[in-house]
Amino acid sequence: MGNFGSFVKKETLHILRDRRTMLVVLLIPVVLMTLFGFAISTEINNIDVAVVAPHRTESVRQAVERMASNPYCTFKGYIPSDEIDRVLRRGEAAAVAVFAADYDRIAAMQAPAEPAVQLIFDASNTNTAMSGAAYLQSILTGASAQASPVEMRLLYNPQMRSAYNFVPGIMGMIFILICALMTSVSIVREKENGTMEVLLVSPVRPMRIVLAKLVPYFMLSCINLATILLLAAYALDVPLSGSAGAIIAVSLLYLVLALALGLLISTIAEKQIVALIISAMLLMMPIVMLSGMLFPVENMPAVLQAISYIVPARWYIEAIRKLMIEGLPFAAVWREVLILLAMTVVFIVVSVKKFNDKLE
Amino acid sequence: MNARYAIEIDGLTKRYGGMTALDRVSFRVERGELFGLIGPDGAGKTTLFRLLTTLMNPDEGTAAVDGLDCVAAYRQIRSRVGYMPGRFSLYADLSVEENLAFFAALFGVRVVDNYDLIAPIYRQIEPFRTRRAGKLSGGMKQKLALCCALIHRPSVLFLDEPTTGVDAVSRSEFWDMLAELKAKEISILVSTPYMDEADRCDRIALINEGHLLAVDSPRGIVSAYGERIYTLSGGDMYALLLAARRLPHVRRCCPFGAAHHLSVDADFDAAACRRQLADEGFADVALQPAESGIEDVFIKLMNHE
Amino acid sequence: MNETVISVRNLTKCFGNFRAVDGITFDVGRGEIFGFLGANGAGKTTAMRMLCGLSCPTSGSGTVAGFDVLREGERIKRHIGYMSQRFSLYDDLTVLENIRLYAGIYGLSHRQTLRRTAELFARLDFRKERNQLVGALPLGYKQKLAFSVATLHSPEIVFLDEPTGGVDPLTRRQFWELIYETAAAGTTVFVTTHYMDEAEYCSRVSVMVDGQIRALDTPAALKSRFRAESMDEVFRLLAREAKRGD
Repeated sequence: MGNFGSFVKKETLHILRDRRTMLVVLLIPVVLMTLFGFAISTEINNIDVAVVAPHRTESVRQAVERMASNPYCTFKGYIPSDEIDRVLRRGEAAAVAVFAADYDRIAAMQAPAEPAVQLIFDASNTNTAMSGAAYLQSILTGASAQASPVEMRLLYNPQMRSAYNFVPGIMGMIFILICALMTSVSIVREKENGTMEVLLVSPVRPMRIVLAKLVPYFMLSCINLATILLLAAYALDVPLSGSAGAIIAVSLLYLVLALALGLLISTIAEKQIVALIISAMLLMMPIVMLSGMLFPVENMPAVLQAISYIVPARWYIEAIRKLMIEGLPFAAVWREVLILLAMTVVFIVVSVKKFNDKLE
Repeated sequence: MNARYAIEIDGLTKRYGGMTALDRVSFRVERGELFGLIGPDGAGKTTLFRLLTTLMNPDEGTAAVDGLDCVAAYRQIRSRVGYMPGRFSLYADLSVEENLAFFAALFGVRVVDNYDLIAPIYRQIEPFRTRRAGKLSGGMKQKLALCCALIHRPSVLFLDEPTTGVDAVSRSEFWDMLAELKAKEISILVSTPYMDEADRCDRIALINEGHLLAVDSPRGIVSAYGERIYTLSGGDMYALLLAARRLPHVRRCCPFGAAHHLSVDADFDAAACRRQLADEGFADVALQPAESGIEDVFIKLMNHE
Repeated sequence: MNETVISVRNLTKCFGNFRAVDGITFDVGRGEIFGFLGANGAGKTTAMRMLCGLSCPTSGSGTVAGFDVLREGERIKRHIGYMSQRFSLYDDLTVLENIRLYAGIYGLSHRQTLRRTAELFARLDFRKERNQLVGALPLGYKQKLAFSVATLHSPEIVFLDEPTGGVDPLTRRQFWELIYETAAAGTTVFVTTHYMDEAEYCSRVSVMVDGQIRALDTPAALKSRFRAESMDEVFRLLAREAKRGD
């Protein structure tokens, strides 16, 4: 076992010597979390709302008052109905709430035949429009529960803060990036540099050398895991409502899976650039597209949904979403965990079988 | 353990797709011998090394290193041989001593265990022991790579083109080091494209396009295959080369550095040729008999293929 | 010496405090085969880059093919040919495609390209090889082709950086015949090599040690001056004095 330690040491030295890459790897989670969490946001921070109300009755005024006092809405004043288009175009308001002329009568009805309030949105930014509309509707519905034919309630993430959605997605992506991409590239680099030849012509089982390679990347990913969880909890105010232990346990399983995947790629690729392309195209693209990180999997065509079943990140993201955002206990994600576990075993078995201690 | 031959190859053949890289190659390397594999790029030298270091399996024929079969007993062979591949095979981002320590660990030994073996070589690079291997000069890289290949005291050492791209001084030093290792009873198989290094070996094999051309001591090869050679020099060497090709009884004429080498048959008449060249306006030419060298033999054997 | 095509005075290149090339001065005449020798790290590559207009000297002056090495690097490049062991031809293009590519780079007319391509094939005795991928050619063919392509635009000087590494002895000799032929036609050949026997082919040879030219003469004169049997001995005597590695 003595030489295992020295292999790990050598691998760690490689990583430490390549300062730029190490820095990038350590900063990626921070940058991505900040980007997705704050900048690229589909969440509702503030909706400017103008109101058209032909008759400002007491109930209309109450509804507007409730809207105006909500921290996520700013009341921009009453406008005449022929101003709606101008106000939206100039960006003076993002939404206009049009109260029906006989609002009181419709609101009082048990089963209204026509809408009491019409919400008009600037939908040039689809995401904010959709989520804003939903949010505004929930405020107005709350204003008079019986005023709307449909009652809508947003659970777990009532402000539809996108950070909640993105944190599991970012985790699913970063660990693949670091574990699979970095390890496969570092193993293939030895093939390309000719050092693999010398390693193979030695009494040590090459699998052992390769496993030693995985250790420092595993550690690096653990640092990233800690960074992400801390950022999520303290900077983005993700509640981490589920048990932190379960989140960490599932993540560690996913790390091992990603390392095994990297190992598998390294048995196929002969050149660093090939390893890079395989990791980027075959892993990153499906993760971004099919894992449910950006688009809900349920809305995809059946073929893509079927493909998404074999994307490990899909199951991981689903599990983390359940644990982190829905606050479900570990028992709720056993299906995802089993699938991930099975995938890990398959990857390890295949890569050990494929790993050749000869050059051909 | 005490096999008679360090390396024994019989009818070794290796194909890549439709290309035959090695074609029925057979030879033996004695214990403690410094054996040179001499041939140009594409001759099959690297393929032969990869077969002997068990990195690949042959398509036909057998090979044994230290009495162990290269296919059946490849694991045992791997702990007994030292291998320096053609390319720079060290970790450029690790220092000299880190590289050495890693390769020692790879073979399960400590650097101090066999320090006596590498000491004469390592002492020359020791002043730079904290320097990254990637920042060493070509000659120093080569010395470090040799130390790394020797750190576990292998019984057979495989060196694939260790002197390629290295300047004449470093090359000469390197061969001095090999001579010292040979004295310590390490059998060495070394390949080189430089024909002038043949004389540094006990025995050599000439190899070209996967075929073995000849195996013997350098002197033996020259006496077995040598031809009548004349050297020709003086004046405009290019014009002289073209003129020499028109001389009677000249089989072959090649530029050979300072003088052209003429391979001639038994009826060659030097005096008559001198006169003919003088008539053609070549005033001060020197045409003298000379001894064949390894290169002459190589060219001759290549042409026979 | 008749006409001078390379003339440099005190050419120096520093990288920080390191004088890679330390004040070299020499002339090369038209049609000469000039051997540029030196141990690894002696500064050969750096010096050659300056001569080819790829790198600007720190100080000193010089002309190559009549153009100033300090200011006219771009024009120098049009009047020289360059071939190195590493980069010469594209393996994934055919012989003909490679030739057309280089003809295009050096701005040869269609008619010139056709004529010189025909000459080149005749000289190298290429027939069916014309439409083969360069990657599929034997190394010896590649080297000869690379040399012919480097001289396709009839440059005044052709720079060869270790052109014969790893080539079999017969091809090496054929290669030197090509060099002889080219020089006899008036093109200057500037060549670096690790084969010391090849230094003997050169009309004159310079030996660089630690960034400086330590000796420059015909091989015969150098051998008699150092009382050496061969250029190999001369080189070793000089290179042993080197203080620095690379």
